[in-house]
Amino acid sequence: MIEQVAGMVVHGQAWTVKELFVLPNEYIYWSIQIVMYPYMTGLVAGAFVLSSLYHVFGVTKLKEIARFSLVFSFALLPVAMMPLMLHLQQPFRGINVLMTPHFTSAISAFGIVFLTYAFIVAGEIWFVYRKHFVEMTNELQAKPDRTGMDSFYLLIYKCLTLGAMNLDEESLQKDHKAVKFLASIGIPVACFLHGYAGFIFGSVKANALWMTPLMPVIFICSAVVSGIALCILCYVLAQEARKFLAKRKMARWANDPQAPTIEALHGAEQSEVAMTANYLLYFMIAAATLEILDMIFRGYTQVKSWDILREVILERDFTKIFILQYGLGNVLPFILMMLPGRTVRRTTIATVLVLFGVFMMRWNVVIGGQAFSLSFAGFMDYHLPIIPHDMETFKEGLFGALTVIATPFVLFWFLAKVVPPFLKGDELH
Amino acid sequence: MKRRDFVKNSVVVIAGASVPLAALDIVDPNEVLAANEDIHWAFLLDTHKCVGCGFCVKACKTENDIPFEAKVTRTWVERYVFTKDDRRYIDSPDGALYGYTESRIALGKGEYQEIDPDNVGKAFFVPKLCNHCETPPCTQVCPVGATFKTDTGPVLVDKTWCIGCGYCIMACPYGARYFNPIDKVADKCTFCYHRLAKGLETACVNACPFGARKMCNIRDINDPVTKIILNQRVGVLKDEFGTRPQAFYIGLAQEVR
Repeated sequence: MIEQVAGMVVHGQAWTVKELFVLPNEYIYWSIQIVMYPYMTGLVAGAFVLSSLYHVFGVTKLKEIARFSLVFSFALLPVAMMPLMLHLQQPFRGINVLMTPHFTSAISAFGIVFLTYAFIVAGEIWFVYRKHFVEMTNELQAKPDRTGMDSFYLLIYKCLTLGAMNLDEESLQKDHKAVKFLASIGIPVACFLHGYAGFIFGSVKANALWMTPLMPVIFICSAVVSGIALCILCYVLAQEARKFLAKRKMARWANDPQAPTIEALHGAEQSEVAMTANYLLYFMIAAATLEILDMIFRGYTQVKSWDILREVILERDFTKIFILQYGLGNVLPFILMMLPGRTVRRTTIATVLVLFGVFMMRWNVVIGGQAFSLSFAGFMDYHLPIIPHDMETFKEGLFGALTVIATPFVLFWFLAKVVPPFLKGDELH
Repeated sequence: MKRRDFVKNSVVVIAGASVPLAALDIVDPNEVLAANEDIHWAFLLDTHKCVGCGFCVKACKTENDIPFEAKVTRTWVERYVFTKDDRRYIDSPDGALYGYTESRIALGKGEYQEIDPDNVGKAFFVPKLCNHCETPPCTQVCPVGATFKTDTGPVLVDKTWCIGCGYCIMACPYGARYFNPIDKVADKCTFCYHRLAKGLETACVNACPFGARKMCNIRDINDPVTKIILNQRVGVLKDEFGTRPQAFYIGLAQEVR
């Protein structure tokens, strides 16, 4: 059925199955990578908003997770761009968006918004960690017998201080101020970065499912939900790993007399997770309310497109929307977190479900929006390419998506070597 | 001069010079010639005359080097069959590249539906192509400005600049755009811009044996085709999107979307 003549397979043909009357040029052009794009930007924005809760609003209970999510947000940043690059048919021309932006387009400003946001996060990290950079530089410089690795780190830290070696009270105070300032302008920019991803979809007037002014707001809320959920999940995993290492004294830091005890780690984990989970719940309620409002509104107003949308939402995609997205991804975690006697373990399970739910929401928007023809007389089915047989089915298939998911963790691992995401003793503001 | 001063002065000179230099636009004579106030191309399709032979699709693919095997097309013909018991069937296998030689309707997924000729209420063909809208949503959303509306009407794609994001394909309410399987960029009907420039008509107009497709300069009120558009009741596709299509239809049925 699918012709494999080299060069003759049209983009989208490999994973689109058409049913009834679909226009000849219609395919599922925006596939898994475009599902990943809002998902990853959502995680970036959400992680940053979580860290800002401490830096701006002074929610001191979130002190530790704030630092963690700030670093994690930075690790996620390059990954927000990755799915777009993997999706482009001409990836080497991607830079044209920055070179010749065409400002009537909703995606032309992506590079600008993205870079602004990247500089804010990088700047904030620098101010948070400047003290650490200086201390490490001094410590390594004072070390009499430096190994090759030490010299390498010394070079990195020296560069990272940018020559600002002053650590007196006044300059540290200035750092605090700068962090607060950057975090507070970072919130609107993070929301803009993501709301803007929503606008990219919401403003496509040709697509009956996407076109709603609620789209950016829905995207922001679900972004914060997914970002917080991922931060809780990674934080718990990291804390568990640290507890494991501390118990067996396996890591270098664990032998340090100042190292946190297992009880301290456990206590911190309990309180941070409990607090963050509350914020997760607030945003989940907001996101679900908006999404359901949108659906009810469509059903109630019953404009021309409703006939086909009803068939997609209530029949063809019923399982994906109501069972997987709302059932498994919203209702179940909500119950898990609302039941009395909430534990870290239960919260962690809930966050995994929430992350899955938000992913399904992105899927149902992006793929669901292309599940019906512009003719309103036919349907398209998306078959995710699993085993890649060429570059295109790799990029826009399961493995391309997995590459995108794995990258932030790899980056985080490297980043954590230079900017430790966990507090040690009484440091940090 | 100190290095610091040198850098400072250089910045001032560059910034100062760039303002007046930006005013100088390099004028391309071809661009000036192409911008003709008196020409605005429009298309007229008569659904009563179309028989679904697919010559237009063949001519278009041949003229514009779109492989026959590629399952995308710049122009296509749709078949509508409404039965007396109010069942509606629409199909367009391969965009009608090989014409409608069979009476059964393609339902996709390799399935077909045979329809009893006595049960047919009404049936007709609708040729389609890019509408070269007055306010095209596709050019609006291009992040790099690789697709644009020319001064004489046709909407074109610069295939050396398109990044292949697919946003224009998503933005088109008519499904007129697709990814060219060879160039890997967005592609669409150009109203045969290269032929118009030589004073020829489009390949599809040229190939249509029944005069179902016609082209005109809508600014020229003496043009016979323009007269039809101005004097008769013609319709456009999906006007609710506010795109102001420049392809006009005679005998447009409300079921055609």
